[in-house]
Amino acid sequence: MEALLASAVGVLTAAGVFLILRRRTFPVILGLSLLTYAVNAFLFATGRLALNSPPVLNKYAEVAYTDPLPQALVLTAIVISFGMTAVIVMIALGAYLSSRDDRIDMKAHDSVDAAPGEDA
Amino acid sequence: MNHWIIAPIVLPALLAPFIIMVLRYHLELQRIFSVAGTVGLVGIALILTAQAAGGEIQVYELGNWPAPFGIVLVLDRLAALMVLLTSLLALAVVLYVLGSGWDKRGRHFHPLFQFQLMGVCGAFLTGDAFNLFVFFEVLLIASYGLMIHGGGPVRFKAGVQYVTYNLLGSTLFLFALGTLYAVTGTLNMADLAARVAELPAEDTALLRVGAVLLLLVFCIKAAVLPLHFWLPASYANAPLPVAALFAIMTKVGAYSIIRMYTLAFGPDVAITRGLAGDWLLPAALVTLAIGAVGILGSRHIARMVAFSAIASMGTLLIAVSLFTPQATAAALYYAVHSTLAAGLMFLIADLVMERQGGRIAGMTPMPQSGLIATLYFIGAIALAGMPPLSGFVGKLLVMDAARDAGDFAAIWAVILVSSLVTIIGLARAGSLIFWQSHDARHNTEPDPENVDKVEHQPSPEPMPGLAFCAVFGLVAGLVGLTLFAGPLMEYTASMAEQLYAPQHYIDAVLEGDKK
Repeated sequence: MEALLASAVGVLTAAGVFLILRRRTFPVILGLSLLTYAVNAFLFATGRLALNSPPVLNKYAEVAYTDPLPQALVLTAIVISFGMTAVIVMIALGAYLSSRDDRIDMKAHDSVDAAPGEDA
Repeated sequence: MNHWIIAPIVLPALLAPFIIMVLRYHLELQRIFSVAGTVGLVGIALILTAQAAGGEIQVYELGNWPAPFGIVLVLDRLAALMVLLTSLLALAVVLYVLGSGWDKRGRHFHPLFQFQLMGVCGAFLTGDAFNLFVFFEVLLIASYGLMIHGGGPVRFKAGVQYVTYNLLGSTLFLFALGTLYAVTGTLNMADLAARVAELPAEDTALLRVGAVLLLLVFCIKAAVLPLHFWLPASYANAPLPVAALFAIMTKVGAYSIIRMYTLAFGPDVAITRGLAGDWLLPAALVTLAIGAVGILGSRHIARMVAFSAIASMGTLLIAVSLFTPQATAAALYYAVHSTLAAGLMFLIADLVMERQGGRIAGMTPMPQSGLIATLYFIGAIALAGMPPLSGFVGKLLVMDAARDAGDFAAIWAVILVSSLVTIIGLARAGSLIFWQSHDARHNTEPDPENVDKVEHQPSPEPMPGLAFCAVFGLVAGLVGLTLFAGPLMEYTASMAEQLYAPQHYIDAVLEGDKK
């Protein structure tokens, strides 16, 4: 179980890093998504892996329970990464539609000569 | 409980949705509410600073849950000062935005601006590491919107890079927090500090990994070399008043380093001793050097100011990385100065760009060039650290604090040489922009009459008075910082004293309910 989760996190991270280093925005966004999946699985495991145990204490019996905090953290992280992915997709679309080009790097003259105030 | 502590978060958090939902189509009302909100934030920040000045650490338990279980906000002298600094910079920026009409060039400037303030104030006040992550995300998502305000292909492309880099930083932040939680079982900063101090010395490899990952995240935010690549392109291509507000965002990174590495992984903790300082100092030295070289090499005024922001982060983090109370006091003074100075320079750069574009070269003379040249001169003096303004005092304090450090020769050499390079770079840019434009030999247009006419052209801002008012406000801030350097330095020294006695902080947070 631990080995499976650990290798899954590793593979997801490796794939994410590989995709982030690509030159076009779409693979980069996919890479970011994979990285967030990796970190979500990782966060889930920080409370130790436990099977079939509820994340609540039982007042009436000694029952095994799992740490609820990482689950709350993962929930927050999922919501945030979901929102962030939506934002970057919209900005990347804006960049693509306004320059007809989805390269992630900027041409040399873009950043030096083009005055940011004048390009709107 | 003292409810003022949560006010700097609640006020913008309520104001932003109100503006976006109710005042969507009324720019004038949006402006009134946004300025009123920012003035209110300044008032709240002043109250908080007065309350924190006595030295008592106040804790606000959200939902009245006691400390390690619920999220807490903590008000100490450092947090109060940073909130005050944020609100003052924000006031100058929002007035400038009104004066220059930047908020008309795209939609929803004011709500995003308020959300950004909410994130920044929250990051300064929170006492919980995961909550720090959440406030980082709040300020980042607002900054994504502000960064692409006004649109345009170049700005969108720079925006994609900026968002990508920061999303990577956020992922790293989560990995760091996960590692720390797995080892210590807590994310409350005070509880973290207490548990790190109790950990057995032999089983700490994971903890050190977590601490270094966290340092990396904060270094990304603070734009420390080699993690600074996001800054020049995004600041230079963002609307420049927004870049002026972003001057506080790099300080959030520096603040987090100071907070975490004096509280949880402080210099007295054996497990992580030297972990931050030993790595941070060389990186900060290189950051300062590269920033100075970047100023000299820039061909665009916005990029030049962006590199000067990197250079000032270098100086600031040199002082931080020494981790002595004296150096931290100097760092905090310099942080206040460099935030105001960088904000001022970004606003001046915007004044220049609105008139003649941003290239550092002789161009057609611009209206009001005398006034703007004077402002540029003042800003450049402050930024380069020349007397008589506060940059000089700040650098002097940093160098004085470095005197006892092991490698003080290297620190002094880098600070002094990079100051010289900065002066040359700023002087070169100023001469080209303001003087060569009036030089007949470099100007293709027939000159003498043209120059006379140019001075009487209307300025491009719809309300130039307000815009210049904001710029002069920042200048006044810098002058005040110089005049009151003595009292302020005493105050930052008391702040550093509070930071290097973390037990008070820990006791205040963990025993908040017993009082």
